[in-house]
Amino acid sequence: MDKAKVLSDDLLKLKLEIRQFALDYGLTFYDVEFEVCDYDTVNILAAQGGFPTRYPHWRFGMEYDQFSKGYAYGVQKIYEMVINTDPCYAYLLNANHTVDQKIVMAHVYGHADFFKNNAWFSNTNRKMMDVMANHRTKIRRYMEKYGADEVELFIDKILSLENLLDITDLFETTDVQRHRQEIEKIASAEKNKTFDDDRSEALRSFMKSSFTQQQKKAKKDKAIKDKEREKERDKDKEHQSEEERARAERDGDKHKDSLDDPTKNATLLKVLPRPQRDIMKFLAEHAPITEWQSDVISILREEAYYYLPQRVTKIMNEGWASYWHSRIMTEKSLEASEITDFADHHAGVMQTSRKSLNPYKLGIELFRDIEYRWNTGRFGKEYNDCDDIHQKENWDLKLGQGRAKIFEVRKAHNDISFIDEFLTQDFCNRNQMFTYKFNPRTNRFEIDTRDFEAIKVKLLSSLTNYGAPVIEVEDANFANRGELLLAHRHYGVDLDLNYAHDTMKNIWAVWKRPINLRTKYDNKEIIFVFDGKELRPVA
Amino acid sequence: MDHPIKRDHARFRKIIKGKIRENLRKYVSSGDMIIPKGPKRFSIPMPQIEIPRFKFGDKSQGGMGQGQGNPGDPVDGQPDEQGEGKEAGQGEGNKDVEVELTIEELAQILGEELELPNIEPKGRHQIESHKDRYTTIGVIGPESLRHFKRTFRESLKRQLIMGTYDFRNPLIVPIKNDYRYKAAHTKVEYENSAVVIYMMDVSGSMGDEQKEIVRTESFWINLWLKHQYKNIEIRYIIHDATAKEVDEDTFFKTRESGGTLISSAFILCRDIIKKDYDANEWNIYPFHFSDGDNWSLDDTKLCLEILDSDLLKVSNMFCYGQVESRYGSGQFYKDLFEKYGERSDSVILSKIKNKEGILDSIKEFLGKGK
Repeated sequence: MDKAKVLSDDLLKLKLEIRQFALDYGLTFYDVEFEVCDYDTVNILAAQGGFPTRYPHWRFGMEYDQFSKGYAYGVQKIYEMVINTDPCYAYLLNANHTVDQKIVMAHVYGHADFFKNNAWFSNTNRKMMDVMANHRTKIRRYMEKYGADEVELFIDKILSLENLLDITDLFETTDVQRHRQEIEKIASAEKNKTFDDDRSEALRSFMKSSFTQQQKKAKKDKAIKDKEREKERDKDKEHQSEEERARAERDGDKHKDSLDDPTKNATLLKVLPRPQRDIMKFLAEHAPITEWQSDVISILREEAYYYLPQRVTKIMNEGWASYWHSRIMTEKSLEASEITDFADHHAGVMQTSRKSLNPYKLGIELFRDIEYRWNTGRFGKEYNDCDDIHQKENWDLKLGQGRAKIFEVRKAHNDISFIDEFLTQDFCNRNQMFTYKFNPRTNRFEIDTRDFEAIKVKLLSSLTNYGAPVIEVEDANFANRGELLLAHRHYGVDLDLNYAHDTMKNIWAVWKRPINLRTKYDNKEIIFVFDGKELRPVA
Repeated sequence: MDHPIKRDHARFRKIIKGKIRENLRKYVSSGDMIIPKGPKRFSIPMPQIEIPRFKFGDKSQGGMGQGQGNPGDPVDGQPDEQGEGKEAGQGEGNKDVEVELTIEELAQILGEELELPNIEPKGRHQIESHKDRYTTIGVIGPESLRHFKRTFRESLKRQLIMGTYDFRNPLIVPIKNDYRYKAAHTKVEYENSAVVIYMMDVSGSMGDEQKEIVRTESFWINLWLKHQYKNIEIRYIIHDATAKEVDEDTFFKTRESGGTLISSAFILCRDIIKKDYDANEWNIYPFHFSDGDNWSLDDTKLCLEILDSDLLKVSNMFCYGQVESRYGSGQFYKDLFEKYGERSDSVILSKIKNKEGILDSIKEFLGKGK
């Protein structure tokens, strides 16, 4: 990072100017620190997900390799990068022209506002700079202690699980967590009291299920935030083992003593109260692994969750930032001499493609459309039910609520709800959207349809669960053999079995017992098992 | 001090050394990835290690796009992965970058990954070529090559010396003697030349799969030799019981039936070399591919004679690639092996089991740097 420099006077002046424009428009944000870097530094930062320090891993080297080559061969260029911290850090490329720097700054303030105000970001750790640095120190220490290869190999395996996250975890605050843990404690105490009585099996099982319901109602997940964990390591260990003991007792397991064994015995965990979507956490807590391995999982999990809000708001986030760079530039900041350069740059970013949707373009157009509709009152039952084409075309209630509406939207939505609520037939037509699919007869991809509903369904399903398959741990003692049962919630698209095989191999290496996967393949319900050697369907 | 990422990078490169070969293998064998785009340009994927994750199969699902067209109109190319626009944004994205590479770069990658040594041409630089480069200045020349700055300077110099330069009215008027022109400097370059003569058995036992292997292999061999020699010629001979010279297209498409007399190809090869290529001027590379069947022991004997008395004397090395086939006996390899052994410098033998064996075979052929 020694290559990054603070702003020169000129740039500082620009920054203050643009910052003021952004404030005038009503954007709010944590302070933004701009740093000027040369290209190599930008490549390094981009490769490391925006952060100057990450734990040692070849993957960052690979990213760096690609960014550098992409730049050298002229295929790609990074214009702008900003990270979600307090203060926000953003990087400016020293080779850029003034007008480019202005656009980037304006764009960055859009992102900064989004980071601060969008609900999905409300619980992200704004001190991630420090957290990332701590992670590096920890992993380096593990590497010194247990061997770099060993640790790297383990990281490779865990990275396989990086897309198996539970998006609702984003809303588990510390308060919620504490509340939940208390309830659990009480519940387990009650359990202890009533466990050895002579009530019938049926009654007991009834109580058990009402307990699960109560627990469900009580609050979402059982996450123990990793941060907490680091800080209150010891305290937390208590919690953890208590939790486990409680669970074990719930399940009627009387071999309590074996729980004191530091390597957790997976087979003790018989029944999951409900399917676990947070597979990384599940493994960190229940797999028979060592302390450091569990910690590595927690580290990678925390980083994955840090990036998750950005993954579920890509369209909105880029759309919002683009909307504001466009407004700030065209209404306030541009010099006459800069207009063509701005237009050129902006058009490049907004370029549409026949092969994929450009999130920048889709996002900015949607925000503009919403603003227009709420300015003119083109929403609601009355407008939708209007049959008179002429009247509909000239519909204008002069509400002027557009600006307020888009601020509200940027606060409350993520990409899915954003598309679901604001993508209209009219919008699809105007933006010439279509879906395409492969035609085996002609051996090429062809436009499939311009039907609004079809487009919307396809877009929404591609965004569901941030584009990853929904997979949950359903049973930790499958077939009473301590095997893991994963369930794939099939929403119409089959899994790629080759990838599934390799992924399950990695999970197997952590769980150390066969991994089962229930899914649908070729329209048939099927369970695959990976037993350490091969992936095969369960007969 | 270097940024720690350089260490990650070095680590990545190291992993790829084992891994890129897999990658290379993948597209060497598929052959599909190597599509000439315009003259001399190829598109290959960048080395990348993909961490396995659960993901959806069936790319033929398609996707969404924007633009004109009616249902049924083609959407060009493959669907993009959802991701990266021009800006990298603040998050992580999917970067399946395809990089356009020139042949030279591709050859370089091949050389690097297979650790091929540069070829040391036989030390004769016989072919002269003249190259004009405009690196000097002359006093005569066409107006189009006038060197403004130099002309101006000469003019200024003259006026200063003559005392006609007035700094209050700095007017420079060049006269004829002041004019300077860019002039060419002729450089004589000596070039190395090479000829590759491919011979292939096209008798009934060589199936399409075998020919595909030969084709892919010869593509990479040509790529490498083209990278090493400025001037390269390629000749093709096919044979069953008789041999004839053909063009590239025919070479890979012909399928004959009938017996196999390898000597027929060797004789034709010898004749071609005699007629067109002076061994003092040319680096000569005869390659022979077959499934190892020959008609008779006598013919094999004849082949070895021709090799010894003619081909080996004039060529840098003689390469024999035996493509495994269900019908071939593989006898010819054994015969050659018996005579020249594994370690021979002038006769290089290689068995190619299947498509995956192509890279190793290329390395065997070209690994000697001859």
